[in-house]
Amino acid sequence: MIEILPDKCDFCGCCVGICPEDAIELKEAEIKIIEQLCTNCSKCVWSCPIEVLKFNRNGAKNNLNAK
Amino acid sequence: MQNEYDIIVVGAGPAGTMAARFAAEMGVSVLVLEKDRDVGYPVRCGEAVSKAGIEEFIDSDPKFIASVINKFSFIAPDDTEIIIPLEEEGYVLERRIFDYELAKSASEAGAGFLTRAYVNGLLFDNGRVSGVKFEHQGEQKSLTAKIVIAADGVESRVGRWAGLKTHIDFRDMESAVQITAAGINDINNDTCYFYFGKEYAPEGYFWVFPKGNHSANIGLGVGGNIGKKKSALSFLNDFMRKKYPQASVLTTIAGGVPCTPTLNKIVAPGIMLVGDAARQVNPLSGGGIASGMIGGSIAGTVAAESIKQHKPDYILEYEKKWHDRLGKRHLIFNRIKEGIYNFSDEKFNDIAHAVSKVPVENRSIGKVFKTALFNKPSLLVDVAKVFLF
Repeated sequence: MIEILPDKCDFCGCCVGICPEDAIELKEAEIKIIEQLCTNCSKCVWSCPIEVLKFNRNGAKNNLNAK
Repeated sequence: MQNEYDIIVVGAGPAGTMAARFAAEMGVSVLVLEKDRDVGYPVRCGEAVSKAGIEEFIDSDPKFIASVINKFSFIAPDDTEIIIPLEEEGYVLERRIFDYELAKSASEAGAGFLTRAYVNGLLFDNGRVSGVKFEHQGEQKSLTAKIVIAADGVESRVGRWAGLKTHIDFRDMESAVQITAAGINDINNDTCYFYFGKEYAPEGYFWVFPKGNHSANIGLGVGGNIGKKKSALSFLNDFMRKKYPQASVLTTIAGGVPCTPTLNKIVAPGIMLVGDAARQVNPLSGGGIASGMIGGSIAGTVAAESIKQHKPDYILEYEKKWHDRLGKRHLIFNRIKEGIYNFSDEKFNDIAHAVSKVPVENRSIGKVFKTALFNKPSLLVDVAKVFLF
Protein backbone atom coordinates (compact mmCIF):
# COMPACT_ATOMS: atom_id res chain seq x y z
CA MET A 1 0.00 0.00 0.00
CA ILE A 2 1.03 3.58 -0.56
CA GLU A 3 1.64 5.53 2.61
CA ILE A 4 1.93 9.29 3.04
CA LEU A 5 4.23 10.61 5.73
CA PRO A 6 2.09 13.57 6.78
CA ASP A 7 4.73 15.35 8.82
CA LYS A 8 7.01 15.61 5.78
CA CYS A 9 4.35 16.60 3.23
CA ASP A 10 4.42 20.09 1.69
CA PHE A 11 0.94 19.66 0.12
CA CYS A 12 2.27 20.65 -3.31
CA GLY A 13 -0.07 18.51 -5.40
CA CYS A 14 2.56 16.93 -7.63
CA CYS A 15 1.26 13.43 -6.79
CA VAL A 16 -2.34 14.49 -7.37
CA GLY A 17 -1.49 15.69 -10.87
CA ILE A 18 0.10 12.36 -11.70
CA CYS A 19 -2.30 9.90 -10.08
CA PRO A 20 -4.01 8.08 -12.97
CA GLU A 21 -6.88 6.97 -10.71
CA ASP A 22 -7.67 10.32 -9.08
CA ALA A 23 -7.05 8.55 -5.79
CA ILE A 24 -5.37 11.38 -3.87
CA GLU A 25 -7.28 14.17 -2.23
CA LEU A 26 -5.57 17.42 -1.23
CA LYS A 27 -6.97 20.34 0.75
CA GLU A 28 -5.04 23.26 2.17
CA ALA A 29 -2.81 21.23 4.50
CA GLU A 30 -4.55 17.90 4.46
CA ILE A 31 -3.87 15.01 2.13
CA LYS A 32 -5.17 11.47 1.88
CA ILE A 33 -5.17 8.46 -0.37
CA ILE A 34 -8.58 7.12 -1.28
CA GLU A 35 -7.80 3.46 -0.72
CA GLN A 36 -10.72 2.15 -2.76
CA LEU A 37 -9.34 3.88 -5.87
CA CYS A 38 -5.59 3.37 -5.34
CA THR A 39 -4.05 0.60 -7.46
CA ASN A 40 -0.59 0.83 -5.81
CA CYS A 41 0.97 1.80 -9.15
CA SER A 42 3.61 3.81 -7.21
CA LYS A 43 3.85 6.66 -9.72
CA CYS A 44 3.18 9.11 -6.89
CA VAL A 45 6.09 7.63 -4.94
CA TRP A 46 8.45 8.18 -7.89
CA SER A 47 7.30 11.72 -8.55
CA CYS A 48 7.26 13.11 -5.01
CA PRO A 49 10.03 15.74 -4.92
CA ILE A 50 10.64 15.36 -1.19
CA GLU A 51 10.21 11.63 -0.47
CA VAL A 52 6.92 11.89 1.38
CA LEU A 53 5.23 8.90 -0.23
CA LYS A 54 6.37 5.36 0.49
CA PHE A 55 5.34 1.99 -0.81
CA ASN A 56 4.64 -0.10 2.25
CA ARG A 57 4.61 -3.83 1.57
CA ASN A 58 2.90 -4.65 4.85
CA GLY A 59 0.07 -2.20 4.35
CA ALA A 60 -0.24 1.20 5.95
CA LYS A 61 -1.15 0.85 9.57
CA ASN A 62 -1.24 4.52 10.48
CA ASN A 63 -4.03 6.91 9.79
CA LEU A 64 -3.27 8.34 6.35
CA ASN A 65 -4.94 11.65 6.97
CA ALA A 66 -2.54 14.46 7.62
CA LYS A 67 -3.81 17.45 9.45
CA MET B 1 -22.39 36.51 -1.94
CA GLN B 2 -24.97 35.67 -4.58
CA ASN B 3 -26.31 32.15 -5.19
CA GLU B 4 -25.37 32.21 -8.81
CA TYR B 5 -22.70 33.81 -10.94
CA ASP B 6 -22.06 34.08 -14.63
CA ILE B 7 -18.55 32.72 -14.06
CA ILE B 8 -16.93 30.87 -11.17
CA VAL B 9 -13.15 30.62 -11.24
CA VAL B 10 -11.52 27.87 -9.17
CA GLY B 11 -8.06 29.00 -8.02
CA ALA B 12 -6.60 32.47 -7.43
CA GLY B 13 -3.17 32.13 -9.03
CA PRO B 14 -2.15 34.33 -11.98
CA ALA B 15 -4.19 32.34 -14.53
CA GLY B 16 -7.35 32.34 -12.42
CA THR B 17 -7.17 35.99 -11.43
CA MET B 18 -6.56 37.09 -15.03
CA ALA B 19 -9.50 35.01 -16.24
CA ALA B 20 -11.59 36.71 -13.55
CA ARG B 21 -10.35 40.21 -14.39
CA PHE B 22 -10.82 39.96 -18.14
CA ALA B 23 -14.32 38.52 -17.72
CA ALA B 24 -15.34 41.05 -15.05
CA GLU B 25 -14.10 43.91 -17.22
CA MET B 26 -16.71 42.88 -19.77
CA GLY B 27 -19.48 43.29 -17.22
CA VAL B 28 -20.35 39.71 -16.27
CA SER B 29 -20.50 38.54 -12.63
CA VAL B 30 -17.45 36.61 -11.46
CA LEU B 31 -16.47 34.86 -8.21
CA VAL B 32 -13.03 33.36 -7.55
CA LEU B 33 -12.82 30.47 -5.05
CA GLU B 34 -9.40 29.85 -3.49
CA LYS B 35 -8.71 26.78 -1.36
CA ASP B 36 -5.90 28.32 0.68
CA ARG B 37 -6.33 30.95 3.31
CA ASP B 38 -4.30 33.54 1.43
CA VAL B 39 -4.13 34.58 -2.18
CA GLY B 40 -0.51 34.23 -3.27
CA TYR B 41 0.63 31.96 -0.46
CA PRO B 42 2.22 29.45 -0.22
CA VAL B 43 4.41 30.33 -3.18
CA ARG B 44 5.35 27.36 -5.37
CA CYS B 45 7.50 28.98 -8.00
CA GLY B 46 11.04 29.92 -9.03
CA GLU B 47 9.57 33.41 -9.52
CA ALA B 48 11.57 34.33 -12.65
CA VAL B 49 9.63 35.97 -15.46
CA SER B 50 10.30 38.29 -18.39
CA LYS B 51 9.41 41.94 -17.94
CA ALA B 52 7.31 41.89 -21.11
CA GLY B 53 5.50 38.78 -19.85
CA ILE B 54 4.08 40.59 -16.84
CA GLU B 55 3.74 44.08 -18.29
CA GLU B 56 1.09 42.81 -20.65
CA PHE B 57 -1.04 42.54 -17.51
CA ILE B 58 0.32 44.74 -14.74
CA ASP B 59 2.72 47.67 -14.46
CA SER B 60 6.11 46.81 -13.01
CA ASP B 61 6.19 47.79 -9.36
CA PRO B 62 9.24 47.59 -7.07
CA LYS B 63 7.09 46.13 -4.31
CA PHE B 64 6.81 42.78 -6.14
CA ILE B 65 10.22 42.79 -7.85
CA ALA B 66 13.00 41.18 -5.82
CA SER B 67 15.63 41.68 -8.51
CA VAL B 68 15.99 42.90 -12.07
CA ILE B 69 17.72 40.39 -14.34
CA ASN B 70 19.76 41.26 -17.41
CA LYS B 71 22.10 38.28 -17.69
CA PHE B 72 21.83 34.52 -17.74
CA SER B 73 24.69 32.34 -16.62
CA PHE B 74 24.78 28.78 -17.93
CA ILE B 75 27.06 26.43 -16.04
CA ALA B 76 28.15 23.27 -17.82
CA PRO B 77 28.88 19.98 -16.03
CA ASP B 78 32.64 20.69 -16.14
CA ASP B 79 32.01 24.11 -14.44
CA THR B 80 32.55 26.13 -17.62
CA GLU B 81 30.40 29.20 -17.13
CA ILE B 82 28.99 31.17 -20.02
CA ILE B 83 27.36 34.53 -19.42
CA ILE B 84 24.66 35.65 -21.83
CA PRO B 85 23.46 39.26 -21.79
CA LEU B 86 19.67 39.37 -22.21
CA GLU B 87 18.10 41.42 -24.98
CA GLU B 88 15.08 41.88 -22.78
CA GLU B 89 15.01 42.42 -19.00
CA GLY B 90 13.57 39.89 -16.62
CA TYR B 91 12.54 39.86 -12.99
CA VAL B 92 12.69 37.61 -10.00
CA LEU B 93 9.35 38.33 -8.39
CA GLU B 94 7.96 38.28 -4.90
CA ARG B 95 5.07 36.08 -5.96
CA ARG B 96 3.31 36.50 -2.65
CA ILE B 97 2.90 40.20 -3.33
CA PHE B 98 2.61 39.87 -7.09
CA ASP B 99 -0.35 37.46 -6.91
CA TYR B 100 -2.01 39.72 -4.39
CA GLU B 101 -1.70 42.70 -6.72
CA LEU B 102 -3.14 40.68 -9.60
CA ALA B 103 -6.07 39.67 -7.41
CA LYS B 104 -6.61 43.29 -6.41
CA SER B 105 -6.74 44.30 -10.06
CA ALA B 106 -9.35 41.59 -10.72
CA SER B 107 -11.31 42.78 -7.72
CA GLU B 108 -11.21 46.36 -8.97
CA ALA B 109 -12.65 45.11 -12.26
CA GLY B 110 -15.57 43.69 -10.27
CA ALA B 111 -14.62 40.08 -9.49
CA GLY B 112 -15.40 38.70 -6.03
CA PHE B 113 -13.06 36.47 -4.02
CA LEU B 114 -13.64 33.81 -1.40
CA THR B 115 -10.65 32.15 0.30
CA ARG B 116 -10.56 28.85 2.20
CA ALA B 117 -13.20 27.66 -0.25
CA TYR B 118 -12.29 24.11 -1.21
CA VAL B 119 -14.09 23.00 -4.37
CA ASN B 120 -14.86 19.29 -4.11
CA GLY B 121 -17.31 18.62 -6.91
CA LEU B 122 -19.22 20.01 -9.86
CA LEU B 123 -22.90 20.54 -10.53
CA PHE B 124 -24.26 19.32 -13.84
CA ASP B 125 -27.36 20.17 -15.81
CA ASN B 126 -28.07 17.88 -18.77
CA GLY B 127 -24.44 16.87 -19.06
CA ARG B 128 -23.27 20.46 -18.90
CA VAL B 129 -21.23 21.84 -15.99
CA SER B 130 -23.55 24.24 -14.18
CA GLY B 131 -21.72 25.12 -10.97
CA VAL B 132 -19.48 23.93 -8.16
CA LYS B 133 -19.78 22.19 -4.80
CA PHE B 134 -17.39 23.45 -2.16
CA GLU B 135 -16.52 23.38 1.49
CA HIS B 136 -16.21 26.67 3.32
CA GLN B 137 -15.75 27.10 7.06
CA GLY B 138 -16.86 23.54 7.73
CA GLU B 139 -20.03 23.79 5.67
CA GLN B 140 -20.78 22.07 2.37
CA LYS B 141 -22.18 24.58 -0.12
CA SER B 142 -22.89 24.94 -3.80
CA LEU B 143 -23.12 27.76 -6.32
CA THR B 144 -24.43 27.74 -9.85
CA ALA B 145 -22.62 29.36 -12.76
CA LYS B 146 -23.01 29.55 -16.51
CA ILE B 147 -19.31 28.78 -16.91
CA VAL B 148 -16.74 27.32 -14.51
CA ILE B 149 -13.09 28.21 -15.18
CA ALA B 150 -10.73 25.68 -13.58
CA ALA B 151 -7.48 27.36 -12.58
CA ASP B 152 -6.75 24.82 -9.88
CA GLY B 153 -3.11 24.26 -10.68
CA VAL B 154 -0.95 21.25 -11.28
CA GLU B 155 -3.15 19.08 -9.07
CA SER B 156 -6.26 19.99 -11.10
CA ARG B 157 -9.13 17.68 -10.37
CA VAL B 158 -11.93 19.98 -11.50
CA GLY B 159 -11.25 19.15 -15.14
CA ARG B 160 -11.31 15.43 -14.37
CA TRP B 161 -14.75 15.70 -12.81
CA ALA B 162 -15.95 17.21 -16.08
CA GLY B 163 -14.52 14.28 -18.02
CA LEU B 164 -11.38 16.01 -19.31
CA LYS B 165 -8.26 13.90 -19.16
CA THR B 166 -5.90 16.05 -17.09
CA HIS B 167 -3.54 13.69 -15.31
CA ILE B 168 -0.08 13.71 -16.81
CA ASP B 169 2.48 10.98 -17.26
CA PHE B 170 4.90 10.87 -14.35
CA ARG B 171 7.81 11.15 -16.79
CA ASP B 172 6.53 14.54 -18.02
CA MET B 173 6.06 15.99 -14.55
CA GLU B 174 9.15 17.81 -13.36
CA SER B 175 9.39 17.09 -9.65
CA ALA B 176 10.76 20.27 -8.22
CA VAL B 177 12.07 21.44 -4.89
CA GLN B 178 13.36 24.87 -4.00
CA ILE B 179 14.75 26.66 -1.02
CA THR B 180 15.03 30.35 -0.43
CA ALA B 181 18.40 30.73 1.21
CA ALA B 182 20.35 33.60 2.73
CA GLY B 183 24.13 33.86 2.87
CA ILE B 184 24.56 33.23 -0.87
CA ASN B 185 27.42 35.65 -1.30
CA ASP B 186 28.97 34.78 -4.67
CA ILE B 187 26.08 35.67 -6.96
CA ASN B 188 25.25 38.81 -8.89
CA ASN B 189 21.85 40.29 -8.29
CA ASP B 190 21.28 40.86 -12.01
CA THR B 191 21.98 37.28 -13.09
CA CYS B 192 19.95 34.08 -13.15
CA TYR B 193 22.14 30.98 -12.94
CA PHE B 194 21.33 27.65 -14.62
CA TYR B 195 23.30 24.48 -13.99
CA PHE B 196 23.11 21.56 -16.40
CA GLY B 197 24.23 17.96 -16.28
CA LYS B 198 23.81 14.61 -14.58
CA GLU B 199 25.19 15.72 -11.25
CA TYR B 200 22.93 18.75 -10.90
CA ALA B 201 19.60 17.87 -12.51
CA PRO B 202 19.41 15.17 -15.18
CA GLU B 203 16.52 15.75 -17.63
CA GLY B 204 15.95 19.15 -16.14
CA TYR B 205 17.99 22.03 -14.83
CA PHE B 206 19.17 23.46 -11.56
CA TRP B 207 18.57 27.15 -10.89
CA VAL B 208 19.87 29.89 -8.63
CA PHE B 209 17.74 33.04 -8.94
CA PRO B 210 18.85 36.06 -6.88
CA LYS B 211 16.34 37.68 -4.54
CA GLY B 212 18.48 40.51 -3.19
CA ASN B 213 20.48 40.87 0.03
CA HIS B 214 22.56 37.77 -0.71
CA SER B 215 19.49 35.57 -0.80
CA ALA B 216 18.31 33.39 -3.67
CA ASN B 217 15.77 30.87 -4.83
CA ILE B 218 17.78 27.69 -5.29
CA GLY B 219 16.08 24.67 -6.76
CA LEU B 220 15.74 22.11 -9.47
CA GLY B 221 13.32 19.98 -11.38
CA VAL B 222 13.83 16.43 -12.56
CA GLY B 223 11.61 14.20 -14.68
CA GLY B 224 9.82 11.27 -13.07
CA ASN B 225 12.20 8.74 -14.58
CA ILE B 226 15.02 10.36 -12.63
CA GLY B 227 12.99 10.97 -9.49
CA LYS B 228 12.28 7.25 -9.37
CA LYS B 229 15.97 6.68 -8.64
CA LYS B 230 16.91 9.85 -6.80
CA SER B 231 14.56 12.51 -5.48
CA ALA B 232 14.76 16.21 -6.30
CA LEU B 233 15.39 16.85 -2.60
CA SER B 234 18.40 14.59 -2.62
CA PHE B 235 19.91 16.48 -5.61
CA LEU B 236 19.29 19.76 -3.80
CA ASN B 237 20.95 18.57 -0.60
CA ASP B 238 23.99 17.41 -2.57
CA PHE B 239 24.28 20.81 -4.27
CA MET B 240 23.97 22.77 -1.04
CA ARG B 241 26.54 20.61 0.76
CA LYS B 242 28.97 21.17 -2.07
CA LYS B 243 28.34 24.84 -2.95
CA TYR B 244 26.78 26.58 0.05
CA PRO B 245 27.29 24.54 3.21
CA GLN B 246 26.99 27.70 5.34
CA ALA B 247 23.74 29.04 3.86
CA SER B 248 20.66 29.59 6.01
CA VAL B 249 17.57 28.00 4.55
CA LEU B 250 14.60 30.33 5.01
CA THR B 251 11.95 28.35 3.14
CA THR B 252 11.66 24.96 1.48
CA ILE B 253 8.93 24.27 -1.05
CA ALA B 254 8.09 21.32 -3.23
CA GLY B 255 6.08 21.30 -6.42
CA GLY B 256 5.27 19.60 -9.69
CA VAL B 257 5.80 21.40 -12.99
CA PRO B 258 3.82 19.90 -15.85
CA CYS B 259 6.38 20.15 -18.69
CA THR B 260 4.21 19.01 -21.58
CA PRO B 261 2.36 20.58 -24.45
CA THR B 262 -1.11 21.90 -23.56
CA LEU B 263 -3.83 19.27 -23.04
CA ASN B 264 -5.67 18.33 -26.21
CA LYS B 265 -8.99 19.35 -24.73
CA ILE B 266 -9.18 22.34 -22.40
CA VAL B 267 -12.88 23.02 -22.89
CA ALA B 268 -16.00 20.94 -22.22
CA PRO B 269 -19.62 22.09 -22.02
CA GLY B 270 -19.74 24.75 -19.30
CA ILE B 271 -16.08 24.46 -18.28
CA MET B 272 -12.69 25.84 -19.35
CA LEU B 273 -9.21 24.99 -18.03
CA VAL B 274 -6.45 27.60 -17.66
CA GLY B 275 -2.85 27.81 -16.42
CA ASP B 276 -1.13 24.76 -14.94
CA ALA B 277 -4.48 22.96 -14.89
CA ALA B 278 -4.56 23.18 -18.70
CA ARG B 279 -0.81 22.41 -18.86
CA GLN B 280 -0.06 25.84 -20.31
CA VAL B 281 3.45 25.92 -18.83
CA ASN B 282 6.29 26.53 -21.29
CA PRO B 283 7.57 22.94 -21.48
CA LEU B 284 11.16 23.97 -22.20
CA SER B 285 11.70 26.47 -19.37
CA GLY B 286 9.01 25.26 -16.99
CA GLY B 287 7.88 28.88 -16.71
CA GLY B 288 4.16 29.29 -16.25
CA ILE B 289 3.47 32.78 -14.89
CA ALA B 290 3.21 34.70 -18.16
CA SER B 291 1.72 31.84 -20.16
CA GLY B 292 -0.84 31.18 -17.44
CA MET B 293 -1.89 34.83 -17.44
CA ILE B 294 -2.23 34.72 -21.23
CA GLY B 295 -4.33 31.54 -21.05
CA GLY B 296 -6.46 33.04 -18.29
CA SER B 297 -7.03 36.32 -20.11
CA ILE B 298 -8.12 34.56 -23.31
CA ALA B 299 -10.44 32.23 -21.41
CA GLY B 300 -11.97 35.08 -19.38
CA THR B 301 -12.64 37.14 -22.49
CA VAL B 302 -14.12 34.24 -24.46
CA ALA B 303 -16.27 33.17 -21.50
CA ALA B 304 -17.70 36.68 -21.05
CA GLU B 305 -18.41 36.96 -24.78
CA SER B 306 -20.16 33.60 -24.74
CA ILE B 307 -22.40 34.73 -21.89
CA LYS B 308 -23.18 38.13 -23.34
CA GLN B 309 -24.03 36.66 -26.73
CA HIS B 310 -26.02 33.77 -25.19
CA LYS B 311 -23.91 31.34 -27.19
CA PRO B 312 -22.72 28.61 -24.80
CA ASP B 313 -20.77 26.81 -27.52
CA TYR B 314 -18.68 29.89 -28.23
CA ILE B 315 -16.31 28.85 -25.40
CA LEU B 316 -14.84 26.29 -27.82
CA GLU B 317 -13.14 29.23 -29.52
CA TYR B 318 -10.80 29.45 -26.52
CA GLU B 319 -8.92 26.32 -27.61
CA LYS B 320 -8.15 27.77 -31.02
CA LYS B 321 -7.22 31.19 -29.69
CA TRP B 322 -4.86 29.67 -27.12
CA HIS B 323 -3.32 27.40 -29.70
CA ASP B 324 -2.69 30.29 -32.08
CA ARG B 325 -1.24 32.52 -29.36
CA LEU B 326 1.05 30.04 -27.56
CA GLY B 327 -0.08 26.43 -27.83
CA LYS B 328 1.66 25.86 -31.15
CA ARG B 329 4.91 27.33 -29.87
CA HIS B 330 4.75 25.08 -26.83
CA LEU B 331 4.58 22.03 -29.11
CA ILE B 332 7.86 23.13 -30.65
CA PHE B 333 9.41 23.99 -27.26
CA ASN B 334 8.48 20.51 -26.12
CA ARG B 335 10.34 18.90 -29.02
CA ILE B 336 13.40 21.06 -28.30
CA LYS B 337 13.20 20.05 -24.63
CA GLU B 338 13.13 16.39 -25.53
CA GLY B 339 16.21 16.89 -27.69
CA ILE B 340 18.19 18.89 -25.15
CA TYR B 341 17.29 16.85 -22.08
CA ASN B 342 18.90 13.82 -23.62
CA PHE B 343 22.23 15.59 -24.13
CA SER B 344 25.15 13.96 -22.39
CA ASP B 345 27.39 15.91 -20.03
CA GLU B 346 30.07 15.91 -22.76
CA LYS B 347 27.65 17.56 -25.14
CA PHE B 348 26.78 20.30 -22.63
CA ASN B 349 30.51 20.87 -22.10
CA ASP B 350 31.15 21.07 -25.87
CA ILE B 351 28.37 23.64 -26.25
CA ALA B 352 29.74 25.76 -23.39
CA HIS B 353 33.24 25.64 -24.87
CA ALA B 354 31.95 26.66 -28.30
CA VAL B 355 29.89 29.57 -26.93
CA SER B 356 32.72 30.76 -24.69
CA LYS B 357 34.72 31.53 -27.85
CA VAL B 358 32.07 34.06 -28.90
CA PRO B 359 32.73 37.54 -27.40
CA VAL B 360 30.24 38.28 -24.60
CA GLU B 361 28.74 41.24 -26.44
CA ASN B 362 27.85 38.99 -29.39
CA ARG B 363 26.16 36.31 -27.34
CA SER B 364 22.43 35.81 -27.17
CA ILE B 365 20.06 33.07 -26.06
CA GLY B 366 19.37 32.38 -29.72
CA LYS B 367 23.09 31.84 -30.37
CA VAL B 368 23.37 29.41 -27.47
CA PHE B 369 20.50 27.42 -28.87
CA LYS B 370 21.97 27.43 -32.33
CA THR B 371 25.25 26.16 -30.93
CA ALA B 372 23.36 23.51 -28.99
CA LEU B 373 21.61 22.46 -32.10
CA PHE B 374 24.69 21.79 -34.15
CA ASN B 375 24.87 18.83 -31.81
CA LYS B 376 21.37 17.80 -32.79
CA PRO B 377 20.71 18.99 -36.34
CA SER B 378 17.21 17.52 -36.53
CA LEU B 379 16.14 20.15 -34.00
CA LEU B 380 17.29 23.05 -36.15
CA VAL B 381 14.03 23.12 -38.04
CA ASP B 382 12.12 23.42 -34.77
CA VAL B 383 14.32 26.23 -33.56
CA ALA B 384 13.97 28.06 -36.84
CA LYS B 385 10.20 27.93 -36.35
CA VAL B 386 10.45 29.45 -32.87
CA PHE B 387 12.54 32.36 -34.05
CA LEU B 388 10.67 32.96 -37.29
CA PHE B 389 7.07 32.82 -36.10
